[in-house]
Amino acid sequence: MTFEEIKLRLQKKTVGIAGAGGLGSNCAVALVRVGIGTIVIADFDVVSEGNLNRQYYFFDQIGKPKVNAIKENIQRINPMANVITWDLKLDPQNLNRIFRNCDVVVEAFDNADQKEMLIETILTAYPEKPLIVGLGMAGWGMNDTIHVRKIDNMYICGDEVSEIHNELPPIAPRVGIVANIQANVVLEILLKD
Amino acid sequence: MKIILNNNPETVDVDQISITELLRRKNYSFKMLIVKINGKLVKKDEYEASFIKDGDDVMVLHLISGG
Repeated sequence: MTFEEIKLRLQKKTVGIAGAGGLGSNCAVALVRVGIGTIVIADFDVVSEGNLNRQYYFFDQIGKPKVNAIKENIQRINPMANVITWDLKLDPQNLNRIFRNCDVVVEAFDNADQKEMLIETILTAYPEKPLIVGLGMAGWGMNDTIHVRKIDNMYICGDEVSEIHNELPPIAPRVGIVANIQANVVLEILLKD
Repeated sequence: MKIILNNNPETVDVDQISITELLRRKNYSFKMLIVKINGKLVKKDEYEASFIKDGDDVMVLHLISGG
């Protein structure tokens, strides 16, 4: 497939991203660069200085709602990209509505309890919908521990063991690797047929 | 009975076992989990009343923070 053909196919696709932090912001940027037609992204947070160690934002965006900042950054890459933003905290009710029409959903939350809530909700409401989960990416190095594991229609991306704590923060390289692996799985699914 | 737990064969010395009990026996102490039996999600509030039987394929996914 040429890049033109890839773009043509992806133009008709909609990807939902739950969270616009380290995983979500980087994954969104990778997807928009290859021509995904519509990105639906939800987050309730604002950009802070501490986010700049891994998230796709800039110093002059500190204080802005993340979904507004990511839309701005996406449309600087491609002004034609369609970005639907939701500045809210996702819960089982709004989540089903917001991601209903998405071809795939990317789980890009930070906290384990939020990840659990999203996976449980999507697997209940839309068990057939491909769900790409980011799991285990704190620290640095250990490139060869990062993998993709498929469980039915769910794809687990990460090392599944490195949980964040003070001595093992989430930082740009490994978070970016997992975000891009998630984007790569999205392409694998959307370009399959 | 014989079950598959996270792709590994396991022998359990009872005829059926609740998810709660299996998690306890296997020392799965993570608070945030996703459990599937034969590909079907079991919600957290159903762990006590959901029983695993001979031949079942059980998947337990540990959720950890970071992103």
